[in-house]
Amino acid sequence: MSFVIVQVIVGGLLLGAVYALFSSGLTLVWGMMNVVNFAHGDFVMLGMYVAYLVYSLLGAGPLIGAPLAMLVLATLGVVVYFSLIRDIMKGPMLAQILGTFGLALLLRYSVFWWFGANFLSLPENLVGGTLDLFGIRIQASRLLAGAVALVVTLGLHLLLTRTSLGSKMLAVAEDSTAAQLMGIRPDSMQAVAWAIAAGATGLAGALIATFFYIVPTVGETLAIVAFVTVSLGGFGSVPGALVAGLLIGVIESLSGYLIGAIYQDIVVYSLFLGFLWFRPQGLMGNS
Amino acid sequence: MKFNHVVGLLCAAAVSVALAGQACAQDKTVKIGAVFPLSGNAASAGNHAKAALEVAMDIINNAHPELGNFPLAKNAGLAGLGGAKVEVVFADNQGSPATGQNQALRLITEEKVAALTGAYQSGITLTASAIAEKYGIPFLTGESVAANLTERGFKWFFRTTPIATDFVNVYHDFLTDMKAAGAKTDNVALVHDNTEYGTSVANTLATGFKGKGQPIALDIAYPSNATDLQSQVLQLKEKKPDVVIMISYTSDAILFAKTSQAQDYKPPMIIADDSGYSDPSFIKSVGKISQGVFNRSSWSIGPAGSPTAIIAKLYKEKTGDEMDDTAGREMQGFFVLVDAIDRAGSSDPAKIQAALKATDLRPEQLMMGYKGVKFDDKGQNILASAVIIQLQDGENYVAVWPKANADKAPIVPYKGW
Repeated sequence: MSFVIVQVIVGGLLLGAVYALFSSGLTLVWGMMNVVNFAHGDFVMLGMYVAYLVYSLLGAGPLIGAPLAMLVLATLGVVVYFSLIRDIMKGPMLAQILGTFGLALLLRYSVFWWFGANFLSLPENLVGGTLDLFGIRIQASRLLAGAVALVVTLGLHLLLTRTSLGSKMLAVAEDSTAAQLMGIRPDSMQAVAWAIAAGATGLAGALIATFFYIVPTVGETLAIVAFVTVSLGGFGSVPGALVAGLLIGVIESLSGYLIGAIYQDIVVYSLFLGFLWFRPQGLMGNS
Repeated sequence: MKFNHVVGLLCAAAVSVALAGQACAQDKTVKIGAVFPLSGNAASAGNHAKAALEVAMDIINNAHPELGNFPLAKNAGLAGLGGAKVEVVFADNQGSPATGQNQALRLITEEKVAALTGAYQSGITLTASAIAEKYGIPFLTGESVAANLTERGFKWFFRTTPIATDFVNVYHDFLTDMKAAGAKTDNVALVHDNTEYGTSVANTLATGFKGKGQPIALDIAYPSNATDLQSQVLQLKEKKPDVVIMISYTSDAILFAKTSQAQDYKPPMIIADDSGYSDPSFIKSVGKISQGVFNRSSWSIGPAGSPTAIIAKLYKEKTGDEMDDTAGREMQGFFVLVDAIDRAGSSDPAKIQAALKATDLRPEQLMMGYKGVKFDDKGQNILASAVIIQLQDGENYVAVWPKANADKAPIVPYKGW
């Protein structure tokens, strides 16, 4: 019994790290420019398809697929920023919601049209199969995703708090007019923020693709978790997303195992709402 | 000037609408509405359904003498309506019962369809057919299996597929035979999602097995489109049931296969309840790590040159995929519906309803392995039946039970990967 519980917790932590990984981009965009990106799940989906293409055309795994997905998505992030986000940011909140939601549908159905509706999948042993640690089974692909989640979180946190680029980005987020007076160009800073956020999301997608199915609508399934993770962690807080992701992963796994999978969402969301009742800004968000 | 333009355009539009209307009347087509999940998480199944109906339309609307006496194939169009063509208007239910209902309403009131078919997910068939009932339009489902669909006292609802109460017998008889052959089949676990399909089939199986003196040992429900199924797999691994019956759509079926491999979990026997496990993209994605999974089916490709083999070939040319049981049942349902319209000799819904009620098709007139098609008062096909198939090599299902229909002997235990 206790042995299985260890397995459940380990699995929950790995799951949580993955949740954190694909939530970091969402929280960054929110923190940097107060934009809720409803196309976030579809950015993850695009990252998965890049990984799939790399595998099916080159036969290569995430070693090539993940950096490439990061590059492709970062480029897309910049394009999306200049062609869409820059303009809708001037409009009301509703414009952001509709704008990014429209983008989500555009991306989803473009992939639909190109790849069709079939479920795709990468081979199970692309990232070294499953490790057996004293009877605790750990999928190498999930371990890799978890490790990258830690690195990405740490990297983004250092970038924002320890570098001049980070300070400039935060300055623009705080007061774009004042930043402009100090000689910082808000436009380029925000474009950089979008590139980083979308790049991290693409990276996440490429890694998730190694153990999840790939389908044009997969973004819908994942996006809900990302939004919950980000609001629990605190909108804009990258370390918050990591802690929140791990928490949700472990709670989900434990409640799924102990009480029953059908109730795991009830447990997670009641705890989530209860928590927000006491701390609406989330774990590490600024009030 | 501008005003004149507008008036001119309006006139032109009015004239073209009038002309188009006339053209339709001369062409004589019968419109049938089809509600399927063309987008959303079940889009893979929905698009295969669409392709299946398009192949059926080709067979009906064009002459296909190579199909011999297969109903509706020989001549072009419907003989009973002076060679009228059949046109299917597809609508996307997006995987949502509310959308399915709205689309049914639109097809009936805007497109003026003579009958409806669909809607893949039982939960959506439930809502869409309620609209058809209200408007007095026949609704035939070829694939939705939730038992309660035909328990609503509806007058306009018909179903050709075998349903959950039939599966109880199929699975139980199969397991009894397997037990006689030496397999352990005492502890049966049900794993199912929380959709209309998942819960209703699980309930019917649980009640049915109990009635046969073999209560279900373990019942695991999970939310559909799960992001993770590890805790479910670990529960199974700990409880060690002899047989696991999986009632899942494609997304969860794939995730279950991947998670089972990661956790090194192989039950002695897995029986899949069709659905996700029949989706060609399930086999392509995880067939190689699901070797030996049993499944139910009413489809068999038959010998070369037989109508079923020709239909399968047409379907493969269109989709690139092998014909599967779900697409086959949808296609069969559509043929039964169009056959009734042909016999009714009219696109009047009441006459189609009467013709559906009088349906009496024999096995040789069907593409699916039913014992025939004949509806009871509730609209359920009383001659529907299914066999057990097995994914022995991870690529193609083969019929393994009952012995009379089997191509190969069933292999136990479950091999996995």
